[in-house]
Amino acid sequence: MSEARTAILERIRSALRDVPPGEDASTDGVERAFHRRGEPGTPETVARFAERAAAYKVSVSECDSAGAGAAIHEILERRGHRRMVTAEDLPQAFVPHGCDVIVDHGLTFAEIAAADGVLTTCATAIAETGTIVLDHGEGQGRRALTLLPDYHLCIVETDRVVSLVPEAVARMEPSVKAGRPLTFISGPSATSDIELNRVEGVHGPRTLDVLIVRS
Amino acid sequence: MTDFAPGIVVERDFPDAARDALANTQLRRNIGKATNTIRAKRLKVVGEMPDWQELREAGRQIKAQVARHLDTHLLKLEEAVTAAGGRVHWARDGEEANRIIGEILARHGAREVLKIKSLTTDETGLNSALAQRGISAIETDLAEVIVQLGEDRSSHILVPAIHRNRAEIREIFKRKLAGTENLSDEPAELAGAARRYLREKFLTVPFAISGANFAVAETGSVAIFESEGNGRMCLTLPKVLISLMGIEKVIPSWRDMEVFLQTLPRSSTAERMNPYNSVWSGTRAGEGPEEFHLVLLDNGRTDVLADEPARETLACIRCSACLNVCPVYERTGGHAYGSTYPGPIGAILTPQLNQPGPAETLPYASSLCGACFEACPVKIDIPRILVHLRGKIVGRKKETLAGKFSGEAIAMAAMARIFGSARLFELAQKSAVIGQKPFVRGNVIPSLPGPMAGWTAMRDVTPVPKQSFRQWWRAERGAESSAKPGGSA
Repeated sequence: MSEARTAILERIRSALRDVPPGEDASTDGVERAFHRRGEPGTPETVARFAERAAAYKVSVSECDSAGAGAAIHEILERRGHRRMVTAEDLPQAFVPHGCDVIVDHGLTFAEIAAADGVLTTCATAIAETGTIVLDHGEGQGRRALTLLPDYHLCIVETDRVVSLVPEAVARMEPSVKAGRPLTFISGPSATSDIELNRVEGVHGPRTLDVLIVRS
Repeated sequence: MTDFAPGIVVERDFPDAARDALANTQLRRNIGKATNTIRAKRLKVVGEMPDWQELREAGRQIKAQVARHLDTHLLKLEEAVTAAGGRVHWARDGEEANRIIGEILARHGAREVLKIKSLTTDETGLNSALAQRGISAIETDLAEVIVQLGEDRSSHILVPAIHRNRAEIREIFKRKLAGTENLSDEPAELAGAARRYLREKFLTVPFAISGANFAVAETGSVAIFESEGNGRMCLTLPKVLISLMGIEKVIPSWRDMEVFLQTLPRSSTAERMNPYNSVWSGTRAGEGPEEFHLVLLDNGRTDVLADEPARETLACIRCSACLNVCPVYERTGGHAYGSTYPGPIGAILTPQLNQPGPAETLPYASSLCGACFEACPVKIDIPRILVHLRGKIVGRKKETLAGKFSGEAIAMAAMARIFGSARLFELAQKSAVIGQKPFVRGNVIPSLPGPMAGWTAMRDVTPVPKQSFRQWWRAERGAESSAKPGGSA
């Protein structure tokens, strides 16, 4: 391999002469005394998720699984969005009716950007921080899908809501190990670059709606 | 290594540069307002975490493990990224990193390249190196756009345009962006102008450069934390993605992210979570860039690693909490530090990555109040390292002949003799009580003569009391005092 690689590794090893040979290099021995276990999916956890997501100016509504279709229809109607992009494997129960559904069978970026919005599910959601996490698996589509349209409606099923960040990291471990990308979304696109005030809406979707579906 | 990376070459002594910054009242007002806002926000989101101290401690321990086994983790990272379809490059210094990146882009015939805000590319001076090859780097982070269009320098590691207020930003946009004649100074409208300016670039430029907040050795995944979505655009739409990271940014396992996903957002933007975090591993068919390059940069980091008392400098996750709480930064702003890395972390990092010269004044740009240490989410003991670096600088100076016979060295040697002997110390106290008389005004000495004048230029000195503790002890306890409390020291 390269000369630079050899040189850097050599410099590192000579810098670390104080480290006893054979010492465990992993972080298995790190004290993890912080909170790691919450109560996934309980009404309290879901309520906290709703409250924390709303704090980012996400509009949150709730329905039971039988009412999902109607709730989705109502939200899109209220927003006035008629052309919605979805992944091809979006569960049938969440496919919106009464509007144009553009299924991603290999759309161009321009075609995705031209839609009114995108509708997806999520892999997990974190109550503590009001975050939704996509692993771009079933129902979520590739990354560009939830990025280019100006509106995102995300379906969060209650059994996917965990209390704490460490629980979400653990749930996502198989996805990361399978080489899937992850996107953590906490509210709509925003910036704090002007006088450190949070301003919603820069490059990602400027409006994010969440529909919590009781599973 | 002979050439130092342009982003960290400090050209002026800190006291000089700070004097200019302090004279700029607009700058002081902007920085003061911004740091006050973010301090209050940070206290709120940190205060609601009952396990904050445990998270800090875990972060410290993880980063200590990274440093102690850096070679192992980098090799693992290289293997995992390669297995995931990426390519790994190693760069000894900034120039080598710039050359690697420039060559990749040249091979593809790139004329323009998108950029996510990256301190490391600032450190290496990548944009101007690319310009020399005829490739223009387009910054996409709003603050970087403001800095780039304003032909300015970054003054904060998280919010590079923190020294600009909304009215100044509007003026820059009106001067440089088409169709902004009627732009107001409403932040939402300013952000909208940046969105329109960049949208077309995102959809047409097939090359992007990023830094890296973390890279997971176990899985070969790289993580970028951001707010605006410009990061997601650059990581998702282009065909070729190049990420430049300092070698210390590797973390051993995916599980370690559970700590930093909590401590970084709350310490940097002072939110429970910043809007977007992206994690990706190499390349993936039908999803994101077709070609991914990861460039690992040393550029002086192995020297920091070798200096054991200062090693923990490398634990820094670039959150900027230490800047926002620092009484010095709050008054001077970032430009006075003359480096990509300002504030308390810059005061320890910059001189360690640098040559002797003006950078050696940075470890003195602190009152050692310790606010930075308390705010640090990975518990870097910045005040201790500042003192360690001051010691090294003085030690280096004393090695030269001029240094050995300087007024300061002679005075310090005399002080050491006096402090080493109870008899000399008491004698010095007695003569000070008499000698100080002409200078005492009320309860303070506002100015001292001769070589001591520098000390009192900025502060009052408390006079030596008429009676010392030892004198008081002898007067109170008389004969009992034969047992000397402090021994001979």
